[in-house]
Amino acid sequence: MQIRCPLCGLRDVREFTIKGHAIALSRPAPDAGDEAWNAYLHLRENPAGVTTELWHHTAGCGAWLKVTRNTITHEILKVALVRDGVERTDAD
Amino acid sequence: MASLTALTPAQDLTPITIGGVTLSEEVPEAIAALMPYAGQTKALSAALKEAHGLALPGPNRMTKSDSHRATWSGLDQAFLIGPPPASELATHSAVVDQSDAWVVLTLEGKGVEDVLARLTPIDLRGGSFKRGHAARSLLGHMNAVFARDAVDRITIMVFRSMAQTAVHELEEAMKGVAARASAN
Ligand SMILES: [Zn+2]
Repeated sequence: MQIRCPLCGLRDVREFTIKGHAIALSRPAPDAGDEAWNAYLHLRENPAGVTTELWHHTAGCGAWLKVTRNTITHEILKVALVRDGVERTDAD
Repeated sequence: MASLTALTPAQDLTPITIGGVTLSEEVPEAIAALMPYAGQTKALSAALKEAHGLALPGPNRMTKSDSHRATWSGLDQAFLIGPPPASELATHSAVVDQSDAWVVLTLEGKGVEDVLARLTPIDLRGGSFKRGHAARSLLGHMNAVFARDAVDRITIMVFRSMAQTAVHELEEAMKGVAARASAN
């Protein structure tokens, strides 16, 4: 498998470390309630098909990447720098 | 006070010449990581030009002046290599001294790409990795910074603690390439 890093170009999977589902980009508000926080911390889908994950370009530029890929075909559909897609507020 | 002898990261391990390729150690006066503050990339580049005569390199590139070179080393980061950086640079970026953290090796001669092809997953041949190009990737299992500052010369940086392993791996690869060439 190869991932096209937006900075480094097409790279072998051995340069990357997977974090898991991109849910970490959607952290609930502090007062969202136990159910929302329980789901955020503990519940994960295991999709057969398209999913979005976080990958770290550990042996490359060090960027966090948001990778959309198909778990059935292993196609990589989209790769973006996480920081380009995350809205920041002053509270962050 | 006791007089202590400074050792370089690859002390007594290089130079090594095998089959027209030479591996040697470069000991820069200083290595500084430059990490521009948000929105300050252009201002940092201008300050670098003013102070040391070179621009801040973009991703996968290196720049050079008479006194310094700068090698892109990751997301929003470049290594300034040469005499210690001018203090004005700190107006626009975090400047972190990395001088003793890296071993800087140069691989020079015809066929350096063949040696590195045995150790790194990226294509460092001249057609895709030209003079002035830089890359972050792996040398064996080690995170490395590669830069081609001349047609037949590639600079390789790995963490200082891995200097001996890096030299060993490169030497084995050099032997393998030379053996194959002499078998033809
Ligand atoms: Zn990258």
